[in-house]
Amino acid sequence: MANKPIGIEVSLAVAEAVKLCDTDVVAAYPITPQTHIVEHLSELVADGHLDAAYIPVESEHSAMSSCIGSSAAGARTFTATSSQGLALMNEMIYIAPVLRTPIVLAVANRALSAPINIWNDHSDIMSVRDAGWIAVFAENGQEALDLTIMSFRIGEHPEVRLPVSMNIDGFTLSHFIEPILIPEKSQVDAFLPPFETDIKLDLKNPMSMGLLGSPETYTEVKKATDDILLGSQKIIEQVFAEFEKVFGRKYNPVETYRHEDAETIILTMGSISETAMTAVDEMREKGRKVGLVRIRLWRPLPVKQLQAALGKAETVAVVDRHVVMGVPEGPVALEVKSLLYGTPNAPKVCNFILGLGGRDVRRADFKYIAERAQALAKDGQNRFEIVGVYE
Amino acid sequence: MDKNNDALMKVKDLPAGFRAKPGSTVDFKTGDWRSIRPVLDKEKCIYCGFCYIYCPDGVYQDQGPEEKHYIADLDFCKGCGVCAHECPKKCITMVLEEV
Repeated sequence: MANKPIGIEVSLAVAEAVKLCDTDVVAAYPITPQTHIVEHLSELVADGHLDAAYIPVESEHSAMSSCIGSSAAGARTFTATSSQGLALMNEMIYIAPVLRTPIVLAVANRALSAPINIWNDHSDIMSVRDAGWIAVFAENGQEALDLTIMSFRIGEHPEVRLPVSMNIDGFTLSHFIEPILIPEKSQVDAFLPPFETDIKLDLKNPMSMGLLGSPETYTEVKKATDDILLGSQKIIEQVFAEFEKVFGRKYNPVETYRHEDAETIILTMGSISETAMTAVDEMREKGRKVGLVRIRLWRPLPVKQLQAALGKAETVAVVDRHVVMGVPEGPVALEVKSLLYGTPNAPKVCNFILGLGGRDVRRADFKYIAERAQALAKDGQNRFEIVGVYE
Repeated sequence: MDKNNDALMKVKDLPAGFRAKPGSTVDFKTGDWRSIRPVLDKEKCIYCGFCYIYCPDGVYQDQGPEEKHYIADLDFCKGCGVCAHECPKKCITMVLEEV
């Protein structure tokens, strides 16, 4: 292994990972804050460092359409997008899982319009949470590179063959220069076999893909896709273990930090988790029993691991970075409440919306929500709050 | 559970990626979507082929120079009535399908 990290922008590291994976096709449209990923890939292809077809499509809808086509033809396929780009892909996003096309999509998470906002939150990925994609979240640059490599391995696994979204917080990760270990090509080759699939367009064995599913078949097709997605968690855990063997870095569907004896647990997703760890350390120094649980694998939702990680706490403070309009609860909190409902001695769950449209999430915010969660849980009143909203 | 509805295939029997051999559409009879069917008056038909050309589902079949007309394959005709609308001699009538 290259044993020295290099200083590199996280977007470029993701592109380097895509190169190391011998990706065959990149079909993409630039959009802030994802642009640097595909920009660097187009350079790598143009300069002959990556032997791939780079398709500069006219929209994200076309990008995802091209990706489905190329993946269906048996090509290792990558694209990246953000916010409105993901929204424009939406129609095709729902098709890729049913067709079992293991596209890897890097999402530099950004707020959805309106108002127009180029900064980070999770509203874009939440808009496709039900589509059937595997979704993983990185907390730092190294994880972004590692998860990109693992996404190909997971998605292309013969028992999975589903598309994977690898989420990095826009700007907070995508535009930061971090020390990152770039693995040797030989290591990646040992970890990631060439993409082989029998679910493909093949001149010798012609197939029609993208069929009509009448009322006589639609229900069963949806169930089949959901079964594969739910079943993929076992393979994802295997791939995490294989990755650790080759690269020495350990990943889990649910990550924890000082949560064992915690009375209050903060639950996060993405890059704010590292800020939260510092806040937890500071609260621990003052004798407060606060811990942190982070969702690495968002889809399929690791229900059992979350129940185990959160179940012993008195109070869980769920951080959401998206507003579900018309419902007094964020998307992560809704699911956490659902999976804890009916479990013995279920902790009280409070929900805090933080960091919308790029508003800073500070250590003080985590201290505030840890205290507030305890107070709210006690009085049994309103347990939902958009933190810091000026009204 | 037991089949108690119109389900065609069990979940486990579905082909991965819900794909099929090309040409499978011929096994999928769409004619039962129809509520009206085209009936041809062969006496008035001039064998111009407009019905054959305009049919959006390609169900009209040429009966050859002897017969000199085209007939809709009712296994696949969805009863849209485009043929009757386009027929220059108005020799196609759309007739209600009785259940």
